[in-house]
Amino acid sequence: MRVGFTVNGREETADDVWEGESLLYVLRERMGLPGSKNACEQGECGSCTVLLDGVPVCSCLVAAGQAEGRRVRTVEGLAEGDRQAPIQEAFVECGAVQCGFCTPGLLVQAHDLIERVPRPSDADIREALAGNLCRCTGYEKILAAVRLAANRRAENP
Amino acid sequence: MTVRRGAVGAPAPRVEGLAKVTGSAAYAYDRPVADPVYACPVQATIARGRVVAIDGGAAAGVEGVLAVVTHREAARLADTADAELAVLQSDAVAFRGQFVGVVLAETPEAARQAAGLVRVEYDEEPHDTELRADRAGLYTPEQVNGGFAPDTDEGDVDAAMEAAAVTVDRIYTTPMLFNNPMEPHTSVAVWGDGGDEGGGGPGEARLTLYDSTQGAHVVRSTLARVFGLPPERVRVISPYVGGGFGSKGMPHAHNVLAGLAAMAVPGRPVKLALTRQQMFSLAGHRTPTIQRVRLGAGADGRLTAVAHEVVEHTSALKEFAEQTAVGARMMYAAPNRRTAHRLAALDVPVPSWMRAPGEAPGFFGLEVAMDELAQACGLDPVELRARNEPEVDPESGRPWSGRHLVRCLREGAARFGWEERAAVPGTRRAGRELVGLGVAASTYPYYRFPGSRAVVGYDGSGRYTVRIGAADIGTGAWTVLTQIAADALECPLGAVRVEIGDSELPPATVAGGSSGTASWGSAIVAACHAFRGAYGTEPPPGAEAGADMPRDPDAERFAMHSFGAQFAEVRVDADTGEIRVPRMLGVFSAGRIVNPRTARSQFIGGMTMGLSMALHERGVLDHRTGHVVNHDFAEYHIATHADVVDVDAVWLEEEDAHAGPLGARGIGEIGIVGAPAAIANAVHNATGVRVRDLPITPDLLLR
Ligand code: FES
Ligand code: FES
Repeated sequence: MRVGFTVNGREETADDVWEGESLLYVLRERMGLPGSKNACEQGECGSCTVLLDGVPVCSCLVAAGQAEGRRVRTVEGLAEGDRQAPIQEAFVECGAVQCGFCTPGLLVQAHDLIERVPRPSDADIREALAGNLCRCTGYEKILAAVRLAANRRAENP
Repeated sequence: MTVRRGAVGAPAPRVEGLAKVTGSAAYAYDRPVADPVYACPVQATIARGRVVAIDGGAAAGVEGVLAVVTHREAARLADTADAELAVLQSDAVAFRGQFVGVVLAETPEAARQAAGLVRVEYDEEPHDTELRADRAGLYTPEQVNGGFAPDTDEGDVDAAMEAAAVTVDRIYTTPMLFNNPMEPHTSVAVWGDGGDEGGGGPGEARLTLYDSTQGAHVVRSTLARVFGLPPERVRVISPYVGGGFGSKGMPHAHNVLAGLAAMAVPGRPVKLALTRQQMFSLAGHRTPTIQRVRLGAGADGRLTAVAHEVVEHTSALKEFAEQTAVGARMMYAAPNRRTAHRLAALDVPVPSWMRAPGEAPGFFGLEVAMDELAQACGLDPVELRARNEPEVDPESGRPWSGRHLVRCLREGAARFGWEERAAVPGTRRAGRELVGLGVAASTYPYYRFPGSRAVVGYDGSGRYTVRIGAADIGTGAWTVLTQIAADALECPLGAVRVEIGDSELPPATVAGGSSGTASWGSAIVAACHAFRGAYGTEPPPGAEAGADMPRDPDAERFAMHSFGAQFAEVRVDADTGEIRVPRMLGVFSAGRIVNPRTARSQFIGGMTMGLSMALHERGVLDHRTGHVVNHDFAEYHIATHADVVDVDAVWLEEEDAHAGPLGARGIGEIGIVGAPAAIANAVHNATGVRVRDLPITPDLLLR
């Protein structure tokens, strides 16, 4: 089947999509957007998180056909032109990135949090990011990065 | 010669940070390749026996399937001495999950569907996967990982135990553990005959791998041997690697499988990524351990005997002997000391390196035993350790290059509020929760491996390129090596570009043993000095100079180790037994810290992995089937955001005058060492329950 949706503001289509193909696979292998990562393929790690109509989802668990006609935003689309999103800048600044494999999913999830909750508490952050596993950083600096980005965003909305 | 301070010691942000936060960093599977083929392995469903028949007919009939390769079709490898890498070379099955075939198809779905249709018949033999200390057939390996002797015996431990005023004699166990880097092990393989990215002359078979590895050069040299090619006809490209923790330190079977599979479709790249579930049988693991620790001491807590005897498993297919008791050889002063390693060769997947092999499990046993000894002597655990500081390395008799364990302990005690620890376990309460504090010591050896070379080139306009086939698996190596080169060249950080992660670059040793900064860094310092020596400060564009890692005479004269003190607070719900760790603090002595930003992350990441080992991680082998039943993140739990509250790491400001030109001893592994014991000791302080088997789960506290 043919599947079409908007990715990071651009119309994209893919042909000959098999019904069982995941959104993650179509993004990565067919649309040239390998930013979203596959680390478990069964909804347990959050590395594949993207926004589907503004809602964070594990794209490994979403069939590509379910995205038909909808809006998808991936890590590649978080920046506004040349300007990184506050959460991207904060991750680098705070040392919240190590191997970087969990990072795209975390960025999308954290970006969504600070868009929805202007001044999240630590408990809010932990809860929002509880489904995103990271094996490298020990999470401390990720928390620091989300706090920093949220504060900056709240100060300069 | 030391390096002037400037970039080194500054918290430079990661040079590849932007690539990673924008999603443009291309990991092995992400490399755009033309016309890819997808591989899906077929795995053995028995733990021991032979394949007697394979029917790939239904699989071959699936639309899009290009080939079904089993041991019957696979090319013969040139070298099968490493049995783990002798993939598809015979009908023998040595563990459940071993590769017995691979399906190649135009799409991953077709490959996976077809792999499920391959019918394999086995002649099943009885298997044995159960590790017990009293089992038959335990043997002494020739050496344990790291090249250490399996056993040591000094003085008379038994007599000293008899005579000791206070003794501890206990068994401690740690389970089968899995590295689980977030990036699954990936190999994208393509055979060409020159002209492609691999280069080379026409007609010469060449293998190119986009790989997820801690060492491009070791993958190249190993695969060249296995496939019978000269090394220059294998190229391994791996700039971005999504973690490894030892499991990508040496090539595993999937690398060979990718190469074999790609032979079926010459010229087309074959993409193979293990699934998370497949990683549990094919990417290495940490052996379970059964540790008997005996400590004998005077009433004042001064040790007279230390014995650490370990039983662990290896695979019947290939031996890997974790050096679990080696740390006990140098940690404390005692005239009578014994260590031993015994192995059971079982029908299990091949164990391998996992962060701090040896020390990570070994310091659970040793450091919980020390806590038990402190309790038996009525001494503060910090004080007990201070009383047993050896003046020189008890094993070699060499002086320490810098042993500051007691400083770490005292500094940590002051920062952590150690004086609030209840002297009597189980007596401090906050509402429904029992509160306890625990401490453990930590150590990791200083390793610097020979075999690295760096080349410095001047590109003109004030810009330098430093080339070395090193790996950054998330450690910060890329950044740290840039800082080191900038200082050695005496130029700004921004003037240096470091190239790593490609076997076409000058050789580099593996990112393992916390050795990268010291090994690659000292090669870079030497190359920069050679460059300035040859060209001065006004080099012509195109100027180039290289150097090998210099020898280090001090390494033979000193005992060189990093040390640390780990502190933990736990809160245990008195009704449910739920264990929370609101605070952890690590104080480390690791020589010079090249980059505080990346270093802190490494220490904290290691400590968190230790927390995860203390409370969550356990691989469960079903002995009826030989299967690791909890083979995914749904059931093999690793710490998440919600488990980690306040973890902090600090370090002593120092420089190890004997640790090469950088004075840095390495930081990648020490963070995990001792963290599980600190938590176990805190649980005891909170509840009065001594848990000697990891992980510590609520049911163990409610008995
Ligand atoms: S890859 Fe989708 S949740 Fe892990
Ligand atoms: S940075 Fe490596 S998994 Fe998070």
